[in-house]
Amino acid sequence: MTAVEKQMHVAVLVFPGSNCDIDCYKAVEQTIGQPVEYVWHEASDLSKFDLILVPGGFSYGDYLRSGAIARFSPVMEEVRKAAEAGKFVLGICNGFQILLESGLLPGAMRRNNSLKFRCSPTTLEVTNNKTAFTHEYAAGEKIQIPIAHGEGNYYCDEETLARLEKNGQIVFKYSGENPNGSVADIAGLINERGNVLGMMPHPERAIDVLLGSEDGSRMFTSVLKAWRENAYGTAATASR
Amino acid sequence: MKATVYVTVKENVLDPQGKAVQGSLKTLGFDEVTEVRIGKYMELTLDTNDRAAAEERVRTMCEKLLANTVIEDYRFELKGE
Repeated sequence: MTAVEKQMHVAVLVFPGSNCDIDCYKAVEQTIGQPVEYVWHEASDLSKFDLILVPGGFSYGDYLRSGAIARFSPVMEEVRKAAEAGKFVLGICNGFQILLESGLLPGAMRRNNSLKFRCSPTTLEVTNNKTAFTHEYAAGEKIQIPIAHGEGNYYCDEETLARLEKNGQIVFKYSGENPNGSVADIAGLINERGNVLGMMPHPERAIDVLLGSEDGSRMFTSVLKAWRENAYGTAATASR
Repeated sequence: MKATVYVTVKENVLDPQGKAVQGSLKTLGFDEVTEVRIGKYMELTLDTNDRAAAEERVRTMCEKLLANTVIEDYRFELKGE
């Protein structure tokens, strides 16, 4: 190991109504110990950050549709630029919904098919472990990550689904019971380039056995390692 | 001028709320209801008299924000001066 390792700068975005921002911040501190900052949704410069976390919550009260209003926050234009520049972006729960609304990931969310807010541990299957966010998991590994959402019923048309499958863009699937009715049991997906990932389950709430699971930790350690090694280019090249 | 905007879940997309309401209607004996689609109704007051321009602008509003065209359809009506 070299004497001084590069520091990865992490931003945790904060919208009015975000409520997982502190969890994300603490997860970064605890899992990878990298410099992390809260960034208000009105910020207009994210250029210093290498990883941008779009946390869960109820941005703008989820008015109109989940993520629909947050998507037009000034900071989201910067997230778009960062994604284009190849920076890492991880959207969790409401953060995933915002990434869908902003078009950084394909598809849309519907109400859970049960119409209930589902809040429980879930078992996920890692369906692509060749991404920057998941390379420390085994292929097909089953991991315990909690969910907490009322609108996680992912939808995309058949053409998009075929493309996602062909490119290995489906990163996590619900294993066993699908808690929301999502198409193809999708729990998380990545863009074609492999630098923008969205998922409904909360890895930041699964970073310590005291929380019931520490299976989420490896997402943070994976992305740090990928960033340091600059090793994981696109999801397309990593398809199964 | 007023615009009324209707947003509904697309025909080929499952509407979980509509399905639940249909189930409830069935329980109440309204067996003739074969489908329920739930949507949103919005009233916009526009500070303009230019109908053609308003139509164009409201369409853009729907495309950009008021509807998510991945899963929703929209239509709107313009009324008044």
